[in-house]
Amino acid sequence: MNAEFLIAIITGTVVAATPLIYAALGELVAERSGVLNLGVEGMMLVGALAAFAVSVSTGSLVLGYLAAVCAGMLMALIFAVLTVSLQTNQVATGLALTLFGLGLSAFMGRKFLGLPIAGIHALPLPGLRDIPIAGPLLFRFDPAVYGSILLYFIIDRVLTRTRIGLILRAVGESPSIAHALGQPVIQTRYLAVLFGGATSGIAGAYLSTAMTPMWVEGLSAGRGWIALALVVFATWKPLRVLLGAYLFGGVTILQLHAQGFGLSVPSEILSMLPYVATIVVLVVICRDSKTIRLNQPASLGKSFHPDV
Amino acid sequence: MPELPWRLERRPEPSKVMRVAAPLIAAAAMLVTGFVIFAVLGKEPVNALTVFFVEPLTSVYGWGELLLKATPLALCALGLAIGFRANVWNIGAEGQLTLGAICGGGVALFFGVKLGALALPVILVAGIAGGAAWAAIPAYLRTRFNTSEILVSLMLVYIAQLLLAYLLHGAWRDPEGFNFPQSKAFDDNTILPTLLDGQRATWAFPLMLLLAALSWGFSSRLFAGYRMLVSGQAPAAAAYAGFNERRNVWLALLLSGGAAGLAGVCEVVGPIGRLQADISPGYGFAAIIVAFVGRLHPLGIVLAALLMSLLYLGGESVQLGLQLPAAVTGLFQGLLLFYLLAADLFVNFRFRWQHVAVA
Repeated sequence: MNAEFLIAIITGTVVAATPLIYAALGELVAERSGVLNLGVEGMMLVGALAAFAVSVSTGSLVLGYLAAVCAGMLMALIFAVLTVSLQTNQVATGLALTLFGLGLSAFMGRKFLGLPIAGIHALPLPGLRDIPIAGPLLFRFDPAVYGSILLYFIIDRVLTRTRIGLILRAVGESPSIAHALGQPVIQTRYLAVLFGGATSGIAGAYLSTAMTPMWVEGLSAGRGWIALALVVFATWKPLRVLLGAYLFGGVTILQLHAQGFGLSVPSEILSMLPYVATIVVLVVICRDSKTIRLNQPASLGKSFHPDV
Repeated sequence: MPELPWRLERRPEPSKVMRVAAPLIAAAAMLVTGFVIFAVLGKEPVNALTVFFVEPLTSVYGWGELLLKATPLALCALGLAIGFRANVWNIGAEGQLTLGAICGGGVALFFGVKLGALALPVILVAGIAGGAAWAAIPAYLRTRFNTSEILVSLMLVYIAQLLLAYLLHGAWRDPEGFNFPQSKAFDDNTILPTLLDGQRATWAFPLMLLLAALSWGFSSRLFAGYRMLVSGQAPAAAAYAGFNERRNVWLALLLSGGAAGLAGVCEVVGPIGRLQADISPGYGFAAIIVAFVGRLHPLGIVLAALLMSLLYLGGESVQLGLQLPAAVTGLFQGLLLFYLLAADLFVNFRFRWQHVAVA
């Protein structure tokens, strides 16, 4: 195995992890405010289609990503109105959002099946890109990859070091106490859910413009659900989301390269790996119920109504 | 929050009228939205809605299709509802359906001729067992390791579909099938008979009605059903009464997995007649909507399954008649569930108008 191959695997891992990072970090913020949004897969699909459609029509990837952010937020807005304002069951509403996103994107995406797209370009960082080994390994990614790392730093910082982060966590732990202290529970939850929608939109955009530059129905293939599992795996901590996403990215890429190692396992069996890995990882983390109880936002999944 | 001219007020008691009215309101809102969608797409809306909702039912064949597609939807939803009532969220019915098809189809493929007249019962039982076994995985992981059954059952959907693809590309592929990923056609003695000539609905439909009646009996007449209801609505009371949560999780997942497995095997030994890569257009997921629209009640579920089946037929109908993508079905399905969840608000709450002091 030569160095180039190793670099290809590592960079492939980073690329495969990027959509998971966006989606899981956004969901983490929503869940820290106490809202469990099972609609990540649906928001990703709608974001993926929006980015693809706008990029193909206008030729501008920037507009495409903006469209994906708007589309993801619109989907999240539906969810927020239903669960936060109208206090519907979060699990049922999230499932509805995913099913709706699947249907909506399949329906609207018909025109775009099989169209080619230029795809996102790498943005090698000047100066740094020519460092031997570290250059190709770290500094020749596309902007969305750098963005995902930046997003991690911002979220980690905001959650732990700022007033907004404190309010968000307070709302997620005990909305009634936060409300009694005069904190805007409803607005906080709205913003957190919308933020999750925006990042899920970007995650979808990355799928349809970078990883597999095309549109097909159900493009996300369960990555939205894997992102949800990642949040549990991360015990609601941003750094562990990042690590978990790279772990999953690695599993995905190794599975693609397995034939290259001379493994004669059928491709269908190898394709099961990311899903099996998700289950295994969930078991490992959830086995200790104390870890979950201590880290899970206390009001996760519960509606809040100021009168009640 | 800006002051609104109305506020939400909890009803002293949940409204029984609204519980029944909410699905009807949701269906009406879906129709209105459909009207708008068709108008936006430049189709004459009344005509389009007629093509969608009425045209599929203008023949005996069409009615047969309605019952045919309602059967797996209702079977899956009846099982899921048992879990949903007990706060057990099996959302992987699609995977359990696939495993039911694999197990039942495998028996049909390899033992169909040998079993003779016994073939069908054995195949159906194999399908049920396959679905239940697949659902046993999330049940075991939840009760033993505290793992979310939502995520595990969903992941198992993808694994089940890949398993089916693996079998159809390898050992189970029809050697004379021109390399299509499908098995050879099942023998005649393993195929469910149709109800009437000239249409495709099979005896799986009356079987489903029987199971709906049994499930009604289970949840309203048996103590086990009552325990599950209490666990769902008042977990603390259930714990205080000493109801075993693990048993509920197991029961809910095995029953819903078995029902989904039955739905799967009835499809492959019914209208499909062989194993192939796509055995379900998402029945297992649509069944989640069916369960909610049917108010988690067996009678409601059967009616909701018929409505959902009509949505599938309507999608095919507008594709043929108006050149619209059949995916419009998924759109309608999602909308229906959204509207239902929103309408459900009025079961527990009502709007109270109030005067707003102008600042």
